[in-house]
Amino acid sequence: MDENKEKDLLNTYNLWVKSFMEDTPIEQLDDLASTDIMGYGTTTEERVFGVDQVKELCLLGQEQKKHLEDYNYRLDIIKKQYSNNEECAVIVAEIDLSYTFNAVKTKLPLRISTVLFHEFGKWKAVHWHGSVGVESEGDTWHKDEWKRENERLQKKVNEQTTELRQSLEHLKATQTQLIQSEKMASLGELTAGIAHEIQNPLNFVNNFSEVSSELIDEINEELEEGDIEEVKLIASDIKQNLEKINHHGKRADDIIKGMLQHSRKNTGEKEPTDINKLTDEYFRLAYHGLRAKDKSFNAKLETNFDPNLGEITVVSQEIGRVILNLFTNAFYAVNEKQSNVASNTYKPTVSVATLRTDDIMKITIKDNGDGIPKDIIDKIFQPFFTTKPTGKGTGLGLSMSYDIIKAHNGQLDVYTKTGEFTEFKITLPIKTNK
Amino acid sequence: MKILVVDDEQDVKTLFQQRFRKEIRKGELDFVFAFSGEEALETLRNMEQEAVLILSDINMPGMSGLQLLEIIKKDFVAPPPVVMMVTAYGDEENFNTAKSLGADDFLTKPVDFKLLKEKLIQQR
Repeated sequence: MDENKEKDLLNTYNLWVKSFMEDTPIEQLDDLASTDIMGYGTTTEERVFGVDQVKELCLLGQEQKKHLEDYNYRLDIIKKQYSNNEECAVIVAEIDLSYTFNAVKTKLPLRISTVLFHEFGKWKAVHWHGSVGVESEGDTWHKDEWKRENERLQKKVNEQTTELRQSLEHLKATQTQLIQSEKMASLGELTAGIAHEIQNPLNFVNNFSEVSSELIDEINEELEEGDIEEVKLIASDIKQNLEKINHHGKRADDIIKGMLQHSRKNTGEKEPTDINKLTDEYFRLAYHGLRAKDKSFNAKLETNFDPNLGEITVVSQEIGRVILNLFTNAFYAVNEKQSNVASNTYKPTVSVATLRTDDIMKITIKDNGDGIPKDIIDKIFQPFFTTKPTGKGTGLGLSMSYDIIKAHNGQLDVYTKTGEFTEFKITLPIKTNK
Repeated sequence: MKILVVDDEQDVKTLFQQRFRKEIRKGELDFVFAFSGEEALETLRNMEQEAVLILSDINMPGMSGLQLLEIIKKDFVAPPPVVMMVTAYGDEENFNTAKSLGADDFLTKPVDFKLLKEKLIQQR
């Protein structure tokens, strides 16, 4: 390029840069930039159209500079390139800018590419693009984008994993709480039954001890009269009474133990259990529990216990919970039917039977209630499914029962006929642990 | 006069036999026992025209004491038996129902045998 033309170019370029970087009069921009100049900055809103907007930008810069201390810059032209006809030039430069503002020293590595056209014997800027070089994020070419995206995703995955883990822990805690409240709810149902069950043996203990005391007086009387045969008779009565006191004391003791066992957290320990006894106990408790709440309720109780049932090794409070739940449901069903049937011909009946074969034990609990409708039979073992009104059932009884029987490698089956009966059958394997 | 005691607890029989040992021995009181409402009705049907006093528990599996009372008051009129109901302590509801069904007297659990003895001797 002609030496003067190139000198003109550099002169124009330097003045152009100075109008941004120094306090030069903005009017000279008319000589340095084309009227329809266009420029870009780093951020999306930094777009400038026309020389007037460039002037505004420069004024703004000059205004800002007044508040800066140690304002300093160094221009470094990186590359000059001309078109073949030498009427168009591209100048790429780096400007290291530094200043102090509010005692904070800042260094900005600016990059400016400027396009100049040579028209009517003068160089004028027609376009420029300025940006600030930054270390990582926000780079213009996004070459590390995938890496950062991966990191971002990994971070998000980690955060979500933590959140999920917390939710899971929360859910587990809630589940434990729910199971406990289901236990406590069924304990509530039992309380009245328990009170009734304890009252009777306690009355017997009191009565038999009182009457025994009276009998001792009578022995003394008979001794005075010399009726030894009668004395022997009374003595044998007293002995019988003491046995009865012991029997009823143990009965109350068993009930209390059963109650504590029911509410206690699961120890998970399997022990040899007399299923007939366990079933009978909960049968009565469930019945009296409901009777205590609803005095008008009555039902025929039928038991058919296999005398050869023997003991089976199970977590007895868990199996007890299942049995209690099935009884409570059975009584609820016959009670519902009774309150819906007008005639006196309906006889609410709940029956239980046990049966042992070589390798399995069966407990069958049957009620002559209205049965389970076909459309819900598949849902009855689902957690939180209940047909009872809000607040009356947790919807966890059968699902818990199902889980407990499964955990014992057993089976819980249901047979029902609408309007006629529902029968739950627990099948447990008899393991010979020896 | 026979006294029919109705209770599902079998030991009630032993208890009564001992509590009223002397009276039974002297022939002053004559007890019969039934362990359910159904059995009580059966017993009543088999002792026609006999004066009887019934002492019944309320809470029993199967036919309750209240149902038994209702049937007795309806079906057994000649001679009308005296029916004493045993109610649990504080059980207003059963007390009121029994009263409206025509119960002649009440005893509260646990039974006060001295009081019962007095009542039974009175009825004799």
